[in-house]
Amino acid sequence: MVLKTSRPVGIIGYGAYIPMNRLKASEISRVWGGCAEPIEEKAVASIDEDAVTIAVECARYAIKRAKIDPREIGAIYVGTESKPYAVKPCGTIVAEAIGATPQVTAADYEFACKAGTEAFQACIGLVSSGMVKYAMAIGADTAQGRPADPLEYTVACGGAAFIFTLKSNKTLAYLEGSYSYVTDTPDFWRRGLEMYPRHGSRFTGEPAYFRHIIGAAKGLMAELGYGPQDFKYAVFHQPNVKFPVKVAKRLGFGMDAIKPGLIVPYVGNTYAGSTPIGLAATLDVAEPGDRILVVSYGSGAGSDAFSFVVQDAIIEGRPRDLPVSTFIARKRYLDYSLYSRMRGKIHL
Amino acid sequence: MRPVSIGGVALTPVGEQWELSLRDLACEAALKALDSVEIDHIDALYIANMAAAPIQGQLHLGAMLADALGLRRIPAIRVEAAQASGGVAIHEAYLAVASGLYDSVIVVGVEKMSDALPEEVRSALAMAEDQEYTAYTGVTDIGLCALLHRLYMERYEAKPEEIASLAAVSHEHAVGCPHAQYPFKVSVERILSSPMEADPIHMLECSGIGDGAAALILTADAGNVEIAASTVAVDHFFLTERRDPLTLEAVRMASKRAYEMAGISPRDIDLVELHDLTTIMGILSLEDLGFVEKGFGARYVSEGNVRRDGELPVNTFGGLKARGNPVGATGVYQVAEVALQLLGEADRCQVEDAETGLAENLGGVASTCSITILRRR
Amino acid sequence: MSAPRYWREIKYRYRLIGELCTECGSIIFPRRRLCPHCGCRELEECKLSERGTVLSWTVIQHPPKGYEKYAPYVVALIRLDDGTQILSQVVDVEPEEMRVGLRVEATFRRVREDGSSGIIEYGYKFRPVIEEP
Repeated sequence: MVLKTSRPVGIIGYGAYIPMNRLKASEISRVWGGCAEPIEEKAVASIDEDAVTIAVECARYAIKRAKIDPREIGAIYVGTESKPYAVKPCGTIVAEAIGATPQVTAADYEFACKAGTEAFQACIGLVSSGMVKYAMAIGADTAQGRPADPLEYTVACGGAAFIFTLKSNKTLAYLEGSYSYVTDTPDFWRRGLEMYPRHGSRFTGEPAYFRHIIGAAKGLMAELGYGPQDFKYAVFHQPNVKFPVKVAKRLGFGMDAIKPGLIVPYVGNTYAGSTPIGLAATLDVAEPGDRILVVSYGSGAGSDAFSFVVQDAIIEGRPRDLPVSTFIARKRYLDYSLYSRMRGKIHL
Repeated sequence: MRPVSIGGVALTPVGEQWELSLRDLACEAALKALDSVEIDHIDALYIANMAAAPIQGQLHLGAMLADALGLRRIPAIRVEAAQASGGVAIHEAYLAVASGLYDSVIVVGVEKMSDALPEEVRSALAMAEDQEYTAYTGVTDIGLCALLHRLYMERYEAKPEEIASLAAVSHEHAVGCPHAQYPFKVSVERILSSPMEADPIHMLECSGIGDGAAALILTADAGNVEIAASTVAVDHFFLTERRDPLTLEAVRMASKRAYEMAGISPRDIDLVELHDLTTIMGILSLEDLGFVEKGFGARYVSEGNVRRDGELPVNTFGGLKARGNPVGATGVYQVAEVALQLLGEADRCQVEDAETGLAENLGGVASTCSITILRRR
Repeated sequence: MSAPRYWREIKYRYRLIGELCTECGSIIFPRRRLCPHCGCRELEECKLSERGTVLSWTVIQHPPKGYEKYAPYVVALIRLDDGTQILSQVVDVEPEEMRVGLRVEATFRRVREDGSSGIIEYGYKFRPVIEEP
């Protein structure tokens, strides 16, 4: 069932942030053996960065681009699976850091890699109902990779923030509809006191990633009456290179459609930041009139699919000064020992 | 105000005194001082200490030491002004005697730093700065000096070896000093090849961690060494708010008032005990005390002018670098050393014909400066 | 650090909020009851510039307690574009890349934490300005 808003909702500003440290896949192979994926390298948070600091960076960029008064933001939701506090929301710290307090609702969302787009859904609802003027959704993560596990090659850090408001000629893109496809599928999880997640290896493929993304994408497109040819771009959750390329093909999208948003080879899988950053990177190059399909995936499991149409205001409103590509290009390399230190894997 | 004399000088050797507690150290110096003079009774006790609270968890030092010394029912007061505690305690004691309130008082400076781990000591020393915005950055006292050191090199094109030469001279002066922590020579080359403590400051340009206690007795009678001036001044607590970070306004103000009080000018000073927490602080002090023009201090030192046989002997027993810096006690060590020089009791460290000496004691990044000028009668 | 002590400074640390002296026009940071330059008590909250230039810097090799995890780190004296001076760590830079005159911008980072169960303290740090290559 497609989720349509009573009043149209648009994005008025967005911002992404990717930490500058990189760990090459070849470094991981050097230490643990094994073969590096098509992933070249991944982004690693510095020792003084976490999901909160990344969320604040994204939020600040988004507000700057949106040119709004942060006090008018009525809701701030942070989707992450690497909350620094198990109990105390990232949302309140972000709200304080951007000056949106105290008249704001804030909280954190958890739904593995789709926590960011969960936050989208909630923000869209609050805005279109008229409950708030502006609502900000952030997907940010500094997820942990278990050493020697294949996922270590891809687990990365980063985030993006989107500010939603009622569609106007100031919004950069508006939402045509969204579709969520959720089941109880234990493909990847992390128990409360554990540092690292566990996953079902090949079980994370067909029954998990593919089933839910295809379910949500097809569901949305059917209800909106679209086929792949109606979309200029498509952004799929990118846990690695193979999955988004494969699902794009299965849904009928070519490489040209997914290329701008496919950042995983350069920065890895930023978890709750993955789909949001992919959307940000796509908006960085999209033109007015372009239709963009966005389909996230979160283990546990579920997908949120969105159809956005780019508006004229994108020309002025996109971050010409700091597109996602700037953050991808801004890097310094760590070796495995420094990476271990930065990610707190060495107990002092 | 009546004249105040200094007598009963006592110093314990600076170093890691594992067997002696804070109380033991203070008593050792205090009892030695008391035994060396013939005084009926002590009217008041001033104890200078910076870090017994974080390191030993001990407050209320006045009452503690008075009890340990068997001095009952007298006023006993602890004075704290970070590393300037010693000089400021002497200032308080001086005021008490000069004003006529007390006739003889004992000032004891004591610090026992080796009871804490190095990182705990660093945190304790950083308590001299604002906690919420200065210490919050993770900067240390040496780190703040490093900011000035770099600024000085940039602005005046001073060379690292020129600034480092103050540490070399200080070490030279400590040779033969019975209470010095490091009584041996160290060359400028050795200093500059030591690891960076806080770039651009090398490890051997910084005073070390040591335990020590020093005591002085101030009396209202006309002794051989009188206090010609005792002043204290403060500067902006935040380095960021100073008009020029390389000008230590507290030193300028306190020394200006001290020279006025003593009726002298810098030219009349025969020796100086500087607060060389690191070399750059000693250099800047020399300039702001009025001995050398701003920007020329490092060169002045490197040209040998501050040696005991030079134009202006400095750190005559080794200064903070080589005699040591048991922080809260240092100011008392400095004045005790000036007194020893004027009394002709400096032995192998003696400066010839010393008549007037100045001790400069700093707290924080020179947020507090205490100046004591002693004169031989 | 105690929660109340940390909480009291949040706004100022998170958003670089200082005070403007209505008498002499100085910008004061951190906040005060009266202007440290002219003594005036009429002060208004104001936002500091988020960009500045490095005046001097050092590398802390031996940190105080609580900062061990982050050492070595750069601390710099920075002049913000509005004329205020501020002391801060500079991150995302190698010590070899530091120089007087470096242009820096404010960022939001972890400063320290009270063990594994105490509060996490955040605040401003600066980094070289991020520009398009």
